[in-house]
Amino acid sequence: MEIPYTTTVRPDTGLTNPKLGIWLFLASEVMLFGSLFSSYALLRSGAPSWPDQSSIVSVPLATLNTVVLIASSVTMVMAWASLKSQSLPKYRLYMGLTLLGGAIFLVVKTIEYSDKFSHHLYPSTNNFLGLYFTLTGLHAVHVIVGMIVNAYLWGPGTRMWRSDPERFTNRIEVAGIYWHFVDVVWIFLFPVLYLL
Amino acid sequence: MTHDFARQVKKYLAVFGALLVLTLVTVGVSYLQLPQAETVAVALVIATAKASLVAMFFMHLKGERPMVTWPLGLTAFLFVALLAFVLLSEADHLIGTRFADAFASISD
Repeated sequence: MEIPYTTTVRPDTGLTNPKLGIWLFLASEVMLFGSLFSSYALLRSGAPSWPDQSSIVSVPLATLNTVVLIASSVTMVMAWASLKSQSLPKYRLYMGLTLLGGAIFLVVKTIEYSDKFSHHLYPSTNNFLGLYFTLTGLHAVHVIVGMIVNAYLWGPGTRMWRSDPERFTNRIEVAGIYWHFVDVVWIFLFPVLYLL
Repeated sequence: MTHDFARQVKKYLAVFGALLVLTLVTVGVSYLQLPQAETVAVALVIATAKASLVAMFFMHLKGERPMVTWPLGLTAFLFVALLAFVLLSEADHLIGTRFADAFASISD
């Protein structure tokens, strides 16, 4: 089946269908994370006392992860720009770096989690840790999903570059918009869970 | 085309630099031990600035079609409304309203 408006703009929306689709999906994602952020705000503001977050979680590791995820956002947008300038090898390089960034982020996250567990800190320990594991866990799932999509587009998915380069370029842009959203969520999670 | 790519890269690297600086600032400010309200305000303002940079330049929201910006604006409004309504239940001790007193006088 032919999917309509993957490269040509649909006259009534002024957008290609994938572009509109990803933004509507992300709008629903904002509300998903929004419900968890507001749970955090309610539980914290209603609590008689709250643990000193920065003494439980590792600010240096989280700062490193912030830099890693931002860097992977930059390489992702470079991957798209590479296709715009007709260079598949450059695209592969930048997309590969994006995947590497995602992998480093998850390794650091795993180190953080195992450090918590080794100190017998679990989601059930207190409200803060419950929120910490729920929010960072859901975010990590988003990183993993993004990496699966990006890995496909880095490997077998590049076949489309030969048959329909414009559509492939749009795919990378849409995958990129999702990846940047994952970055934006982390940009808020970082101060809320580590610095406040 | 090559020249165009070089210009794009320059722009993205500039945004990257700004994001790194803002990350350092937000971490630095957290060590200043400011009062709670100021700490929250500074952290959220910086996070919003960083998120805006990512959205504008990496997600190409700058100059995007109304069919994207309007639903997104509505989502942002609903997100803030969700947060505000939830926090309203804690307004008595957060901002010193006296809802509890008001309800107590009704039940008397």
